[in-house]
This record gives sequence, structure tokens and C-alpha cells, in this order.
Amino acid sequence: MSPGGTLFFYRPLASPLHAARAGVGALWALSLVVAAIVLYHPLALLSILAVIVCAALAAGVGPEMGRALRTASLVGVPIVIVNVIVSRYGLTVFARLGSLGPFGQGDLTVEALVYGAVIALKVSIVILIGTLASLAVDPDELLRIVRRLSFRSALTASLSVRMIPLLAADAQRLAEAQRTRPRAPRGARARIAIVAAVLEGSLDRAMDVAATLELRGFATARRAPRRLRPWSRHDLAFALSAVAVLGLGAAGAAAVPFAAYPRVHAALGATAAVLCLALVVAGALPFCDRRGIEQ
Amino acid sequence: MSAALLSFEAVSYRYPGVDAPALEEVSFELSPGAFCLLAGLSGQGKSTLLRAACGLVPHFYGGRFSGRVTLAGLSTHEHGPARLGTFAGALFQDPETQLVTSSVRAELSLALESRGHRPAAVARGVEEVALALGIDHLLDRTTYDLSGGEKQRVALAAALAGRPPLVLLDEPTSQLDPVAGDELVGLLRRLNQEWETTVLLAEHRLERCLTAADRVISLEHGRVAHDGDPASFLAWAALRAPPLQTPGAKLFTLAGLRPAPVGVRQARTSLRSGGLLPTADDCGRPPASPRRSKRARRRGSALALRGVWHELRNGPAILRGVNLSVRAGETVALMGRNGAGKSTLLRHAAGLLEPTRGRIDRAGRVALLLQNPGDYFVHDRVGAEAPARALHAAGLGGLADRHPRDLSGGERQRLALAIVAGEEVTAHGGPAVVALDEPTRGMDREAKAELAGELQRRAQLGQAVIVATHDPEFAAACARRAVLLADGRVIADGDAAELLSGGWYFATETARILSGAGGALLPEQGAALLAQRLLAQEVAV
Repeated sequence: MSPGGTLFFYRPLASPLHAARAGVGALWALSLVVAAIVLYHPLALLSILAVIVCAALAAGVGPEMGRALRTASLVGVPIVIVNVIVSRYGLTVFARLGSLGPFGQGDLTVEALVYGAVIALKVSIVILIGTLASLAVDPDELLRIVRRLSFRSALTASLSVRMIPLLAADAQRLAEAQRTRPRAPRGARARIAIVAAVLEGSLDRAMDVAATLELRGFATARRAPRRLRPWSRHDLAFALSAVAVLGLGAAGAAAVPFAAYPRVHAALGATAAVLCLALVVAGALPFCDRRGIEQ
Repeated sequence: MSAALLSFEAVSYRYPGVDAPALEEVSFELSPGAFCLLAGLSGQGKSTLLRAACGLVPHFYGGRFSGRVTLAGLSTHEHGPARLGTFAGALFQDPETQLVTSSVRAELSLALESRGHRPAAVARGVEEVALALGIDHLLDRTTYDLSGGEKQRVALAAALAGRPPLVLLDEPTSQLDPVAGDELVGLLRRLNQEWETTVLLAEHRLERCLTAADRVISLEHGRVAHDGDPASFLAWAALRAPPLQTPGAKLFTLAGLRPAPVGVRQARTSLRSGGLLPTADDCGRPPASPRRSKRARRRGSALALRGVWHELRNGPAILRGVNLSVRAGETVALMGRNGAGKSTLLRHAAGLLEPTRGRIDRAGRVALLLQNPGDYFVHDRVGAEAPARALHAAGLGGLADRHPRDLSGGERQRLALAIVAGEEVTAHGGPAVVALDEPTRGMDREAKAELAGELQRRAQLGQAVIVATHDPEFAAACARRAVLLADGRVIADGDAAELLSGGWYFATETARILSGAGGALLPEQGAALLAQRLLAQEVAV
């Protein structure tokens, strides 16, 4: 049984993103995040979402991303609702709630709805890219890069990454053990007891891990040496893709305007279409080359 | 300067806040290339001695330390574990706490990188240690996905990646099935013979590694009670520490034969030379138990699994059409390799999992004791964990005010059993079935014997007992029937005397020595058989 149940962890799979070096994979994911932050045009954001969907399917992590999409929608829907209720901008009123006391008139506008949806889409994209990166970018390789800068911080991060699934597995085991009691404890008290036991167990575990680390010489560890390795076709492809996505993001922010207030205005001409198409092609193209990755 | 790789000179040690010494006046030397076994019951100082050998005691654990430990010429007074770790790799019981990163390759690299090796040396070191330990196929796997045996090997590889001259191991086979356990001991022997790696190994199941060792140090209350070769250790144990005897040695002692054999081969050679080795005619099938009709068997079932499948949503089937019926008062040992499906079967029996196909009938509650007894303890007093009567019945009545985590291994197991089994231990109360998953991990022979007695008592009261175990000796001591699982299927189901006497791995040492003659599984049964043969010889003379 995989530890952690519904938690997401990196597993080496046969995909171009998994085959790319971790630094490049992380850069590619970061470029999509930056593009999602600087772009406001809904079609451009939907194009980035399309890239993520294609990437998830091509990387073989579709089911996990499906679960992450549900989580993202749980976050996104409240954002839309809150923005519609609290925003006082926009001219196109679609519902009037009357006077809301100190909050003034409760007029709900189409512009607030659209702007809330855009922000929700941005947040969802960031969540999905984060999930995709955690599933397809090797954390150990990434932390190895960080170790060259700050060994102890990277080691702490590495241990945390390793401990999360172990603690999740501990919690699952403890909960199972409590279920086998003749009168299984239920409710909040039972959960608190399990959490306390997991924490207590994690302290014991931390002592053992610390002893192991001592013996392996981490107290006197030196800076990790630079590992030279030739750039593969996937490294190059994702690096170029990241640069292209960043460039398109910057260009799109300037060339394809979008404004939600006071009235919704989105450029829908050829420039917007070209930007969207270019984003999808630039983001998804590296996944078309599957040479040298089969396990 | 001494030629010893490791030396202890009058070492005494007390853990912080504890008055009783964990080690007392311990002195010995270990030469390069030695394969030394640390023997002793639980709590006698074996783990502490291993910690002291690599400087974790006292640098990491604190406490009061006197005497001198020298490793590769470096005193542990002056050098900490980080420096001493260059000369000593360590493998402790729980591999989970010894894997630090998420992937196997990163795990092996990290130890070398942190010691400043260049990338080429790291890459070479990783490949070599992976090949040497037979884990090269695991290099690109994540550490979460490994089995217990694989994790143990990866942890050993990480400890050996820097090629330390000494390796310290604390019960490394306690979580492994017999096959994986024998493989690990064979691997240590190969490292010892081919690379002159010195091995210091603490283990309860001495029969598993005594043949590989050239020296045994036995600890008693933190003191060295005996230090000698395996043969002299067995002679000493027969007189002074019977619980430490291997089953083969106990067989010879009970039969009045000398000297006690170090392994199966030596025992068989000795018996053959004395004309006592059972012949092929003696080794026929042991008398089978009378069979009951199918209807009669079903009528008395405390637990019946009918065509039970457990199929993962995106993975393989863990159980494949298992049919198993256990009667009230019956004792069943469930055996098989790691990953065969034993734990899953027990979880289904207790209702923790629902079969994807098939049906399970239970005559009453199934009390399941999972692998780690510590998972049951959520209070800070023993008395708060289980009803007073259950504690009293488990012999823990006087420990009600202790913290559960301060109990010994055997006491923790008894407390966990009292928690899951509940208050009543009578024919008409309590659970219909008591199921235990690997209950003897890390237990010494005395604690195992106590547990076997407790399970037989429950069976006499009418409870069905089903125990998943890797320990054939424990299975023989507590079960009348044995079921062998492989790849989620029942591949053998029969009388324990038949099933545990006819194989290499899933057979007791007594059965392997006597080739399964007369269905003798335990030293007492084997000794009775040998006594008959001795008597027959005398009559013939």
C-alpha cells in the first residue's frame, strides 16, 4: 500500500517531464506559474490550463491531477463567491441584495463575477502546476541543487519530504489499530489521541533518523560537488519551452489586454488567438518527443 | 598500538536518568575480518554496545560513561559519530528510520557526497555497492515503494557505501521472511570473506547466523557473560543460559548428545556418524490428523473465508480466491514470504478491509493484533489502555501505573493483546477469533515461549487462534495447523507437523536436522525420537 493514501509523491515514470533534469523541470513549471500570474486574459489562462492537462496525461499522472483539480475547484469556487459579494466595482448588475448595513448596497455585478473567476482560475492553475511538479520532478535531485547553496536547509527539507508519507502511514496504522479495539474510540477525542500518538512516535523516529545522520557524517558534511552531466534532448526541450512560455507571458501581458472593471473588456482578435495557440504549442511541444525515455 | 579494529576497555554506561547500568565493565577486542555475534536476552545491553562501538553512546544519547572504546585507533572520547562513521557503518532494526531521501540512488549517493567524494567517485561507489548487495535493479525506485527486505538492503547499502571496515547490525533480520533473512546473512558472510569487512551482529535467532560467525559474545545484565567461538558458546549456553541455545543445540542437549552442533550440517554429520540420523524410511509422511467432513468443518467454523479476493484499484490482486476455514479452539500458523498476502488476509478476517470478491463469515468478534504493538497505545498509563481484568489476565496487573512505552517487548505485546482481546477470556465471552500479525518481531525465546503458552490457553478456552509469522519455531510451538500463502493464494494447508517438517525455509531447525522424521518439529519432540533410536541401538547391541 502506498503511504499517505491521497497524498501525492514523485515516482519515476516514463515521460519526457520525468526524463528532464529536475532543475529544468522545475524551471518549466515555474515559467507556467509566472505566465499564469502575469496574464489576465481568460483565454490565455485557459490555454495554460490546457497545457497542464496535456502535460498531466503525457506524464502519466492523470488520475492524481484529476483529484488535484477537485481540490482546486474547492478553493476556486469560494474565491468567485467572495469576490462577487464584496466587490463594489462593475457596472452590470445582475442581482440586488438590498442594503447590507455598513457594507452598503449589495449589488452583484457581472464584472465582479468574471474577475473572481479569473482569479480563481489563476489560483487553480498554480495549485495544479504545484501538484504536477511534485509528481513529476525528482525532489532529491532538486534538493541536491539547493544543497550546494545551503546544506542544512536542504537536508531539513529533504527529511521533511521523506517524513510526510511516513507520518501519514503512521497515522493510518494507528487509526487501523484503534479500529481493532473491542470498543473502538470514535469522534474528536479519538482523532486527537491518534494525532498525539503520531507526534510522539515521530519524536522517537526523529531520534533514530538523527542517529543515522550522525553516523553518515552529516554533522561534518561538505558542500555537494557540482555534478556535470550532458544535456539531454528533454532537458533542452523543456528549457526552451520555459523560455518561450516566459516570453509569451511577458508579450501577452502587454499585447493582449484584459480589464474586468468597470466593464469587462477582453481583446478577442488575431493577436489573442495567436498568443493562446503559441502558449499551448510552446508548453506542450516537449511532450511530443518520447525518444530515450521508455523504462 | 593494538592491531584490533575495535576495542572496549572496562566500559560502563548508564543512560540519562537510569540507575541500572546498560553496560558494566565490558572489555573485548575485535580483529579486522572477524564475524562476531552478540547474543543475549532482550534488555541485556546488545543495542547499547553497538551504539557505544560507533560513538553514539555517549555523544548522542548522553548519560554516564566510563572506560575506553577505540575504533580504528580513534577513541570515542575524542571523536564523535560523524568522524567514526567513516570506519563503522550501522544498520538498526527499523529500516524506515535509516532511509533519509525519497529515491534509492539519492540515498546511496548522499552518504558519499556528504563525505566530500567527487561526482565520479560517488557514481562509482553507488554502482559498486548496489551491485555488491544485489540492489542495482532498485536504484531508480522510490524508497516508499520498497518491501521491508528491500528497505533493509538499501539501508545496509547506504551504511556500506563508504566501504567502512566495520559494520554494526542490530537484529537486521527481525522483519524479514526466512528467505530474505538467510539472504541477508549470506550477504554479510560474503562481505566478510571477500572484503574482510568486520561484522558485529546482534541477533535473537542465533540459528540463522551462528554458522557464519567465528565468535560469539554473550551479554548478561550489561556484562560479558561469555566470549568464545560458536561451539564453546553453545556448550556454555547449555549449562548457564538455556534460552540462548539454538534449537539444534537444545535437541542434542535433551538427547544427551555432545558436542552441541553449530548448524544443521554439523548436526546431521554428528548424528550420521553415531548411526542416529533418520533414514529415508523414517522420513515418510508424518501421521496426518483425522479429516472431518466438509459439513462438519463448516459447522464449527469460527472464521470462514470463501473465495476472497482483494484487488487494488490500479494494481495487482493481493489475495486471489482464498478459501480458509478456522474452527473454534484451533491454532493456525499463517506463513509465507513478505508480500504473500498474510497481513491483508488478517485485515479481511477482522473486517478492516472488505473483499472485492468473495465472502467472509465470522462466528463472533475477531480480535486482530497488528504488527506493531506500540500502535495501540494512546494513553500514558497502562491502566488506562485496557480493563483491569484483562490486564490481570495478561499478567500486567502490577504495571497499571507504568507508561506503556516503558514496558519490555514481551510486556508490550501482552498489553496490546489484552487491549484487542478485551475483558473476557472464557469459552463464552471475548472474541471468537484471535488473530496476530507477526507478533514475535524482536522477541527473545523466553518471551516467545510465554506468548505461545498464552495463545494455547486461549485456544483451550475455545477461541480460534490464527498467527501470521515468519518464525517456524514459534509456529510449531503455538499452532497445530499451518497454512502457506504465496502470491495471494493458499498453496499448502495441513497439519503443522507435516508442513513445517518438509521444507528448507519454512521448516524448523529440528525438522531440518532430522529430515522431518516422525513429524518432530521442536527439540523436545526430536529428542524423544533420538532417545528411541538410542534405545533401539542399545537393544540391538
